[in-house]
Amino acid sequence: MSNILAIANKELRSYFNSPIAYAVIGFFAVAFGFMFWVFLRGFVAESMRMSMNQMGAAGPVNINQMMLRPLVMQISVIVLFMLPMVTMRTYAEEKRSGTIELLLTAPLTDLQIILGKFLGAVGLYSAMLLVTVPSVLVLFAYGNPDWQPVATSYLGLFLLGSSFIAFGLFISSLTQNQIVAGVLTFVLLLMLLLVGWLKDFVTSPAALAAVSAVSVFEHFDDFTKGVLDTKHLAYYVSVITFGLFLTARSVDGERWRG
Amino acid sequence: MIEVQHLTKQYGRFTAVDDLSFRVDKGEILGFLGPNGAGKTTTMRILTGYMPASAGKAVIAGFDIFDQPLEAKRRIGYLPETPPLYPDMTVRDYLLFVGRIRGVASKALRAQVDTAMEKARVADVATRLCGKLSKGYKQRVGLAQAILHNPEVLILDEPTAGLDPKQIMETRDLIKGLAGSHTIILSTHILPEVSQTCERVVIINKGKVVAVDTPEALTDRIQGSQTIFVQVDAPAGTDVAGALGAVAGVSRVTPVEQRGTLTGFEIDCHKGEDRRRDVARLIVTRDWGLVELRPSRLSLEEIFLQLTTDEAKGAAAPDAAA
Repeated sequence: MSNILAIANKELRSYFNSPIAYAVIGFFAVAFGFMFWVFLRGFVAESMRMSMNQMGAAGPVNINQMMLRPLVMQISVIVLFMLPMVTMRTYAEEKRSGTIELLLTAPLTDLQIILGKFLGAVGLYSAMLLVTVPSVLVLFAYGNPDWQPVATSYLGLFLLGSSFIAFGLFISSLTQNQIVAGVLTFVLLLMLLLVGWLKDFVTSPAALAAVSAVSVFEHFDDFTKGVLDTKHLAYYVSVITFGLFLTARSVDGERWRG
Repeated sequence: MIEVQHLTKQYGRFTAVDDLSFRVDKGEILGFLGPNGAGKTTTMRILTGYMPASAGKAVIAGFDIFDQPLEAKRRIGYLPETPPLYPDMTVRDYLLFVGRIRGVASKALRAQVDTAMEKARVADVATRLCGKLSKGYKQRVGLAQAILHNPEVLILDEPTAGLDPKQIMETRDLIKGLAGSHTIILSTHILPEVSQTCERVVIINKGKVVAVDTPEALTDRIQGSQTIFVQVDAPAGTDVAGALGAVAGVSRVTPVEQRGTLTGFEIDCHKGEDRRRDVARLIVTRDWGLVELRPSRLSLEEIFLQLTTDEAKGAAAPDAAA
C-alpha cells in the first residue's frame, strides 16, 4: 500500500510540477463557471417568469431538475475532453524517457504501479471536481436544493471520470508518444459517448443490452437524478477494473516483447 | 552472489542473448565487455527483472529473478543506460521517491538519501531539478539512485558514458570503493575501463560469451608471442630495426614512435622466449643509448578486437566459454 501511495504521490506532484495540472484545473474552472452562470441565469429568468405569470399559484420551481441536472450533463462532456490530457503522459512519458525502467526494476508489482498511477490521476480529477464545490455551496446558501441529487451527481461524475482515467491509462501504456495517447483516448471516449445515441436506432433486446453495456454515459443518468442504484455502481466499478486489467495486460505484454 | 545459467533472449527470430552463463562472487567487480549490440544491455535488463528471459535462469543473491522477482529486486541497485530521472523533480525529491519504492524504511530514508548523495557527489545539486542537470550530474544522480538502498548487487550499464575524463576517474574510484561490500556488474564498450576497475571480465559478442578471465590473464592468454618495447637513442641513419631483427628468437620488429634520435620499437619474440637480455646486450655493444626496455603487453583493446573480430585468431576463446 505504501508503494502505491508513493507512486500516486509522485504522479500528483509531477502534475503540479508541470503546467498540466494548472491548465486542466484552470480551464475546467472557467468552463464550469461559465456554464454555471449561464444555467443559473436561465433558471432565475425562468422562475421569475413563472412567478409573474401565475402569481405564485404554481409550486416552487425545482432547481435540481431545471438547473443542476443539465449542468452536470454538460460537465460530464467537459470531463471527457479534459481527462485525456491528464492520462496521456502516465505511461507514454515514462516509456519515452526510460524512467519506466526504474519502476519495473524496483520491488513493485505491476498492479502497484498501475494503481499508483490511477490514484494519482484520480487525485488530480478530484481536485478538478473540488473547484466546483464553492459555486454549488452558493446555491445552498441562497436557495434550498435537494442535497441528495447533488451528492449522487458528484459520485457519478467521480465514477465516470475514473472510468475514463482507467481507459486513458491503458491507451497511454500502448505508446511512447503522449500526443498519440491523448488523441486516441479522446477518440475512444468520444465513441463511448456516441455509441449511446445508437439506443434510439437498435430494436433487438440483445443489441440494446450491448449498447447499454458499452455506453458509459447512459449509466450516469440516474446519478444526476439523485438515484443511487447498485447496478450502476457495480457497472462503473467493473468498467474501471476492466480498464486497469487491460493496462496490466499491456504492461506485461510489453515486458515479454521487450 | 549472481548466477547466470544458459540465459537466452529472443526477439522474434533475432537472438540477442544466446545461452549465456557466468557467475559473480560476493564482493567482486565483473566487467561486461562487448561491442554495441552484443547483448550487454539485454542481459542486464534480464538480470534486473525488467524483462524475462526466453530460456535459462538468473539467480541474484539466492533469489531467482523470475520466480521471486520482488525479493531479488530488493537486493539490486540498477543504473540503466540512460539514467532514469524525472526531469521535473529535484534531486532530493527524486531520491526520496526512489527510496520509497525500493522499500527503504521511512525513518532511515533521509539519512540514506544524504549518504547516497555524498557518495555519488551530488549533494551540491540536491535542490536542483533533475532535468536541468548536466550530463555528468545526471549520470551521478543515476548512480546515487542505484546505491541508495545499499543493495547487495549493483548492476551498472555503462556508468561512465557521457562523463568527462575527470568525472570518469571519480566514478571509477567510487565503483572500486563500493566493491567488497557490494557485488558489481558493470558493462562498457570502453576498454581501459575494464582493466582499471574490474577484477574479472566477461567478453560477449553477438549474445555469446567469448571469454571470461581476469584482465591480466586475458592479456597473457591472447599473446601468442612475447612482446618487448625498447626505446633506443641511435645516430640518424642507423639501421636499428635491422640489427634488432637479427637477434635470435625475434620474429618481428615494428617501429612505433620516433622523436629526434629516439626511436621506439615493438619487438615480437617467439612464444615463450624472453629476449630482453639479448636485445639489451646488442644495444649496449653497439654503443647506442638504451633509454627504455620493458615487456609490452597487448592492450585489452587489441585483445578485444582479436576476440570479437577474428575468432579464428582468438584461439584462446572457445575453451573459455564456460
